[in-house]
Amino acid sequence: MLYNTPRAYGLVTILFHWCIAVLFIGQIVLGIIMLRLDDQRRVFELIQLHKSIGFVILALVIPRIVWRLAALSPDLPAGMSKAERGAANLSHAALYGLMLALPLTGWVLVSISTLGIVTLAFGKVLIPNLPLAPSDAAELLWSWVHAILAFGAAGLIALHVGAALWHQFVRRDGLLVRMLVPGREEHTGGTR
Amino acid sequence: MPVRNLSAVALLCLALTCPAAAAVDLAGAAGQYRIDPGASRIGFAIDQIAGRGIAGVFANFSGTIRIDGQQVGRSEVDIDVAPASVSTGQQRVDDFLRSNAVFDVAHEKDISFRSTSVKALSDTSATVIGHMTARGKTGNETFTVQLDSQSKNRITFRITGKVLRSRYGMDVGTPIYSNVVDFEMRLTATRQ
Repeated sequence: MLYNTPRAYGLVTILFHWCIAVLFIGQIVLGIIMLRLDDQRRVFELIQLHKSIGFVILALVIPRIVWRLAALSPDLPAGMSKAERGAANLSHAALYGLMLALPLTGWVLVSISTLGIVTLAFGKVLIPNLPLAPSDAAELLWSWVHAILAFGAAGLIALHVGAALWHQFVRRDGLLVRMLVPGREEHTGGTR
Repeated sequence: MPVRNLSAVALLCLALTCPAAAAVDLAGAAGQYRIDPGASRIGFAIDQIAGRGIAGVFANFSGTIRIDGQQVGRSEVDIDVAPASVSTGQQRVDDFLRSNAVFDVAHEKDISFRSTSVKALSDTSATVIGHMTARGKTGNETFTVQLDSQSKNRITFRITGKVLRSRYGMDVGTPIYSNVVDFEMRLTATRQ
């Protein structure tokens, strides 16, 4: 089952969700760790890996957003209040925005850095810098923007994961399993 | 002033201003010299796959040059360079080069070169082959030496050579940055 239905996710959406989730969370963890190591060789290598993964995320997020806008989306679980639905929709929109904004601000940061280190994704694919004038002040500003967005994304992901677990184990509406198994519908007999 | 006298004056000026150039040759420069760091420059450059590479100099170094007047091939060159004195014009790059990723100056104080053979290419040029030691690894390196100028007590060489940094455990950043380090040196030495 490839496509979404009004009550279930299809394989395409599920693959997009979990592939990007793993890369995105891994990327945040990597970003935090890589700048705190003493081994400068390892730091350099991890920064290059971070840049490479960032471009993979960007390459996946753009079609995912197109897919999200073009394909049918399953309804939110029945029984959610208007406020809960609003919060869920807002947090999902913010997550999509951050999934796009973080790789893009990373690209800006790389391009504007006075170090001028190009991106050779996974040591194979040369990705040109954006046509921006390097400056120390701009690099500092964009590094802050990138970091703040990353910490914001970490908080939002924690909220997203917490909400999914709450749905699955407290409300028992099968929301988490719905994002694991193509075609699996939510349980309508939640225990809220 | 007659034309004939003008020519004589011109010849005299030429003779006074260019005596060294006419007299330069390796065998004639026989003797023991000590390198004068203040009048010398050891520069290096590493290309990047795209964009600008890294170029810098070492400020602190010492060494001796012994030119054998009878057999230029028995001449000797010893140079010690302090990697901590590296300077590229960018503090972050300098710090990275001094770190464990490249020179590891906390543990390695010197990069040394000891010639093992000298092959005269002409009266004013030679190939110098020797052992370079850096970060505990020793490799054979070859430099081309051109005698630029000499006077009674001072001698200046222009030296070029290519060194593979991977031989010395300094290949961090490849293939973004070339494995080849281009050295360009101007060494002025004073007769002892």
